[in-house]
Amino acid sequence: MSISDADRAWLSATAASHGGRSTRLLQILREVQDRFRCIPRPAMHLLSEHLGIPLAQVLGVTEFYSFLSTEPQGRFHLLLSDSISDHLLGSRELGAYLCDRLGIAPAQTRVDGRVSFDYTSCTGLCDQGPAGLVNGWWLPNLDRSRIDRIVALVEAEIPVNEWPRDLFVARDNLRRTGLLLGNPVTPGAALKWSLMRGLESTLDEVDKSGLRGRGGAGFQTSWKWRFCFEGPEETAVCPVDKAERVERYVVCNADEGEPGTFKDRVLLNSHAHQVFEGMTLCAGIVGARQGFLYLRGEYLALRAKLEAVLAERRRLNLLGEGILGRDGFDFDIEIHMGAGAYICGEESALIESLEGKRGTPRNRPPYPVTHGYLGKPTVVNNVETFAAAAAIGLKGGAWFATHGTEKSKGNKILSICGDCARPGIYEYDFGVSVAQILKDCGAANTFGVQVGGPSGVFIGEREFDRRLGFEDLATGGSFMIFDKTRDMLEIVRNFTHFFAHESCGFCTPCRVGTSLLRNAMDKLCAGHGAAGDLVEIGNLGQFVRAASHCGLGQTAANPLLSTLERFPEIYQSRLKSISFEPGFDLDGELSTARRLTGRDDAHAHLEQEPV
Amino acid sequence: MSIRNTITIDGKPVPFQDGDTIMDAATRAGIYIPHLCHNPEFKPHGSCKLCTVNVNGRNCSACTFPADDGQQVLNSTAELNATRRTITQMLFVEGNHFCPSCEKSGNCQLQGVAYFLNMLDPHFPLFYPERETDSSHPDILLDRDRCILCELCVRASRDVDGKNVFGLSGRGIHTHLVVNSGSGLLKDTEMAATDKAAQVCPVGAIIVKRHGFETPIGERQFDQQDVGEWSLSWEPAAMGDHHG
Repeated sequence: MSISDADRAWLSATAASHGGRSTRLLQILREVQDRFRCIPRPAMHLLSEHLGIPLAQVLGVTEFYSFLSTEPQGRFHLLLSDSISDHLLGSRELGAYLCDRLGIAPAQTRVDGRVSFDYTSCTGLCDQGPAGLVNGWWLPNLDRSRIDRIVALVEAEIPVNEWPRDLFVARDNLRRTGLLLGNPVTPGAALKWSLMRGLESTLDEVDKSGLRGRGGAGFQTSWKWRFCFEGPEETAVCPVDKAERVERYVVCNADEGEPGTFKDRVLLNSHAHQVFEGMTLCAGIVGARQGFLYLRGEYLALRAKLEAVLAERRRLNLLGEGILGRDGFDFDIEIHMGAGAYICGEESALIESLEGKRGTPRNRPPYPVTHGYLGKPTVVNNVETFAAAAAIGLKGGAWFATHGTEKSKGNKILSICGDCARPGIYEYDFGVSVAQILKDCGAANTFGVQVGGPSGVFIGEREFDRRLGFEDLATGGSFMIFDKTRDMLEIVRNFTHFFAHESCGFCTPCRVGTSLLRNAMDKLCAGHGAAGDLVEIGNLGQFVRAASHCGLGQTAANPLLSTLERFPEIYQSRLKSISFEPGFDLDGELSTARRLTGRDDAHAHLEQEPV
Repeated sequence: MSIRNTITIDGKPVPFQDGDTIMDAATRAGIYIPHLCHNPEFKPHGSCKLCTVNVNGRNCSACTFPADDGQQVLNSTAELNATRRTITQMLFVEGNHFCPSCEKSGNCQLQGVAYFLNMLDPHFPLFYPERETDSSHPDILLDRDRCILCELCVRASRDVDGKNVFGLSGRGIHTHLVVNSGSGLLKDTEMAATDKAAQVCPVGAIIVKRHGFETPIGERQFDQQDVGEWSLSWEPAAMGDHHG
């Protein structure tokens, strides 16, 4: 693909508008993708020159993120969520219908260049699926009639910004409010109180609150902030005591990629002030002047609104220089968009991505809290953590700590989807039982719940008295419900596909292991598994869990291992009753030949023993 | 109480210097920890995971994990070697490794490690990926079928040769080595056969042409000593350079 002189000028201007900084590479590439519907090779060249980085790095970043492509996509690029919650609502059938109407296959761009279609990992609209994206914008609640409307708009070449608004409306679906959502913080209130109380004392309040990271890992928030404040051993200086400021960064992780999780979507949509207030409070405490909101690419629809909130906060002197008149309290927040990579929710991969690189998790130690963004001390916290921190800044630690359990103070915002009458956002104090939640959201005939998303654990009926909290069922907030009509193995298969697709490829165990697990589940679900395969899958799952570099690989086998442990009989019921392990599917091996000869008739298939 | 700056590896006390990784301390003490992406001449990378050891009950990469007083490290255990064998099998099945026809056979560290770990079969179904071979350069062959994504060439070309010839692209199982030129071909780079990047490949992915069979099979590196003996024969000295 060649580009014109005007394109070159635009590329130069775009690179310049980002200050020619290589940390902005991913942001620039998103703009390039928008303009050209792909990243043309000559554009990579130009960017490599303008940003002073190797061409291979531009290519390497381009090919890492799912939303960037080297081949041109259609002027209308449609994506349909492949999250299991969307599957349950018929997304695959809908996808087939869409392809049929448009006359294309998945991962294909139509020859006229007008339209392309593909499946994507979770879009964060699991409570209003099946959901998709058109040129990055949300399309919730899809059904055949909406697909028909979309196809008509595409074929009439109506620009997306002229499409009827109702196609894009995503709802908060706030079903149950509690500690946080029931007590929103007035913009500025938490900062004012904290400054009056003193920032050091406010850190003590955060400590007293017992707040732990809401992304799922549950690291004590006050410790993280203190470690960042103290900085690395070799440069241990406290900014309050020293004239010379050490650069520090505050990063809000809004790369909410765990399928079935959408609470950050709602927090950012309706409580952005509180999230930014929490970040600003953190910045005041640790002495950071620059913050980033890392917003997942799927949440493009929130961006303009968030920029407006940031602008308002600058007007209110809640961001910028001398915040609330406090000399030296300077802080601002920049929104950094992701581009379709679940791994960037891992904090060190997120930092790499912020630096404009491939989202590969770093080796630890050193930890991001002392050696993070650009090697400087960096706090990375979840959206919900910052929202809670702001509330604690206002109301104090004791208020928060009286809720929840001994080891899990406070509350948790859950994203509930799947087989229930009322999917949406539910806020509970920690310690609530699974049974209670199921009752509240109107789940009936429930077979099992995937708690914490694909990286969490699958529990069955016998465990519904278990409670949410770090001491029992830890969760980042995803709560997916499956009733007894569902095929558990298909659910597990969906999750193994997800992890194989999202593995970054850095370490061998995850790169190869997640693909092997995916293939093994495909084989099992296709009815070609034998007893030996089950043993093999279990061993492989344990291996990937133990040997992988980061949390993605370490949890990728969780759905498989937790179901294999609880429901071995369901796995066994799918096995062939043969003593040997079929190495391959004889008929499947002929698929290439069938494709080449354009045949798919009965004579082009081998007769096989019925499964 | 532990003696200052001492760890134990499989129960044996091993001294370490400030800034050492577990791999550094082991190498200096003459203890072999299997590895492929690690080469003491370069910044540790930690991606192949072959050097997985158990430190106070937790699995870590020896090549990147800092040694610290009193650590109890398990290295040569049946369980860890089984893990390493599985990793090696994975590296074999994800690429296209046909040892009998590969000119690197006998000098190949992947093969050497497989022998060391007593790997007798690939165990997993082979992936048979389609990967591009680049024979455009007059003196160097790039055969991606054999690449194990260790990034040693990336590091060597960037940090030693100062040419940035290589990089990784793609994601997950589609991760692949790319060449930093407009055409994507090696002939359009500054790379020379004398470059460090042409010498560091642990497998047969980057090969200097016309030297393939100078040493006959049977007299090659790992025909004479196993990969552990070979590593310890040169790495302690190389590490001295790096740390000096």
